[in-house]
Amino acid sequence: MSQDSVIQANGLTKTYGSATAVDHISFEVGRGEIFGLLGPNGAGKTTTILMLLGLTDISAGEVSVLGFNPAREPLSVKRRVGYMPDTVGFYDGLTAADNLRYTARLIGFRVLEREKRIAEALDRVGLADVAEKRVGTFSRGMRQRLGLAEILMKGAQIAILDEPTSGLDPQATAELLGMIRGFKAEGVSVLLSSHLLERVQSVCDRVALFSSGKIALMGRVADLGREVLGGGYVVDIEADGAGLAERLALIPGVSGVEKTGIGKLRLHADRDVRPEAAAEVVALQGRLKFLGVQEPSLEAIYTRYFEAKKPEQAVQEGARHAA
Amino acid sequence: MQREGSAFSGLGVVVLKELSDHLTSVRMRVLEWLVVLVALAALYGAIQQIKDTTAEDPFLFLRLFTTSRDPLPSFVSFLSFLVPLMAIGLGFDTVNSEHNRRTLSRILSQPIYRDALLFGKFLAGLITLSISLVTLWLLVVGLGLLLIGIPPGAEEIARSFVFLLVTIIYAGVWLALALLFSILFRSAATAALVTLGLWLFITFIWPVLAGAVAQAIIPPDPRYTALGLQTPGTAELEQILARLSPSTLYAEVVVALLDPTTRALGPIYLSQLQGAVLGAPLPLGASVLIAWPQIVAMIASALLLFVVGYVIFQRQEVRA
Ligand SMILES: Nc1ncnc2c1ncn2[C@@H]1O[C@H](COP(=O)(O)OP(=O)(O)OP(=O)(O)O)[C@@H](O)[C@H]1O
Ligand SMILES: [Mg+2]
Repeated sequence: MSQDSVIQANGLTKTYGSATAVDHISFEVGRGEIFGLLGPNGAGKTTTILMLLGLTDISAGEVSVLGFNPAREPLSVKRRVGYMPDTVGFYDGLTAADNLRYTARLIGFRVLEREKRIAEALDRVGLADVAEKRVGTFSRGMRQRLGLAEILMKGAQIAILDEPTSGLDPQATAELLGMIRGFKAEGVSVLLSSHLLERVQSVCDRVALFSSGKIALMGRVADLGREVLGGGYVVDIEADGAGLAERLALIPGVSGVEKTGIGKLRLHADRDVRPEAAAEVVALQGRLKFLGVQEPSLEAIYTRYFEAKKPEQAVQEGARHAA
Repeated sequence: MQREGSAFSGLGVVVLKELSDHLTSVRMRVLEWLVVLVALAALYGAIQQIKDTTAEDPFLFLRLFTTSRDPLPSFVSFLSFLVPLMAIGLGFDTVNSEHNRRTLSRILSQPIYRDALLFGKFLAGLITLSISLVTLWLLVVGLGLLLIGIPPGAEEIARSFVFLLVTIIYAGVWLALALLFSILFRSAATAALVTLGLWLFITFIWPVLAGAVAQAIIPPDPRYTALGLQTPGTAELEQILARLSPSTLYAEVVVALLDPTTRALGPIYLSQLQGAVLGAPLPLGASVLIAWPQIVAMIASALLLFVVGYVIFQRQEVRA
């Protein structure tokens, strides 16, 4: 893993005066992975990202981005990493292409390469028609896409996206998430932050759930689900056939069968039992209308995790008061 | 800590971008028209006045800059308060506008240092001001030639050229001040207001205040007062205090440069007059030498203001 990780953070800490914004966090992002920094407002996601880019000083801990130290070799890091800040801003008086031209010049691309890259990038994000329009006329979604175009143009190895979907409607969100998957398909590693767990859950390979400056949970969404929600898959099935419920209950690993409607059953199991369930329906010569496994929802994981934490905290605080 | 790469990589790109922003901006056009119109008015007054006075003057051309005709002030006095206005007008939103447009973190995530961005912005502002001032200078020289009809001598051209350079330095001081406030204040309106307020204070109130402060610290000697003279100690202190204002420095340099008979700035000591023919003009080199401390002080204050701004900018958080 460490062989193939592009970002390694170890005990990363940021303090503002006496307040700790990021508190000894450690994580790694693998090559070609989509990694989500998720958590509520003020949890420290943006601060973490700024430290990765060398845009804010690190109070303690170490971080390595593509083998470079962002504090000591910021130019090497910034040459290889594309960054889209939350509510990304452009020069409103300039056209989309001119905005990218300025960035491309700062990066140091020569004229021919510059123009080629800009045209390609704008095309990829679907802004080719408005390349010569002033950014002042752009909608929120178009600006976000222009931000992605900048990262594409840069040819970054890592894309760091801060709240890429905030303020976007569902369709624009879906489009943007599609483009983020496109990054992954090209081998670009993606680190994205969001406070909207549901929206980004589908694209992230792994997530780190932040809570007041600390990483509370980290891992693949499915694993976290099993860990926090007490394990167990929930399989919904809609089929007919006499005695189906009884037969399903006999499948190894199924711990319970629940009737959720006419001809609708819900199985609780410790593994994905869809193949066996389907086989049972077929064996009964019933008609299978629906068969699906519920992905554990990040929202549920997050809520459950902190609900579970709270009583402990209350006890601790009570003890402190008593003392 | 050793930094990687050049602090100024990307400087040229920033300068070009900012320069083209300035030169195409409506704000710059308004400022330029303001300056041109005012300059023309002052010049017209000066030429009328010069034509009325028939006395022989070896430095007739330089009089274009310094002669005034009521109710208009001279070209130089116009410049001394229009140049700060132009510089402040260009510089008051240099850095805070990047914050407010939320472009700063995006630009700084490109492989450049903050140094290049800040210095590039300052240079672009200074180049823009220089372009306007050179244009204005050419305009005055050309019109002067046309209207007076006597070609200026090499000495006069040289003096007015040094005057142009000094005016650019003077503009640089105010630009650095505006830049500093654009870093300190996130709101461009606040930055503009504070800078303009400080300009008003430094230019119009401080000279008066300097006298009062000097008299409070070193009370005037009644023996001098009785003779209608200023007490030397008080006068000296007043001058030191007044020289804290770049406007005073600029005015002094201008006097030395445009009036070749100026032998000293401030109180004249007898030693300076020994062996001198009163009223005889000095060569350009000598005039520059007289004004040299003031010129250096202006350059130093521009640098100081820039460095203070630079240090603050380096430590500033990039997010809005
Ligand atoms: N310049 C600063 N000075 C003091 N505290 C700060 C500063 N910048 C951020 N903080 C604090 O650091 C904490 C983390 O902020 P950060 O912006 O990283 O959160 P975030 O997870 O990105 O939140 P959001 O979802 O709202 O973007 C917050 O409590 C914030 O108040
Ligand atoms: Mg944030």
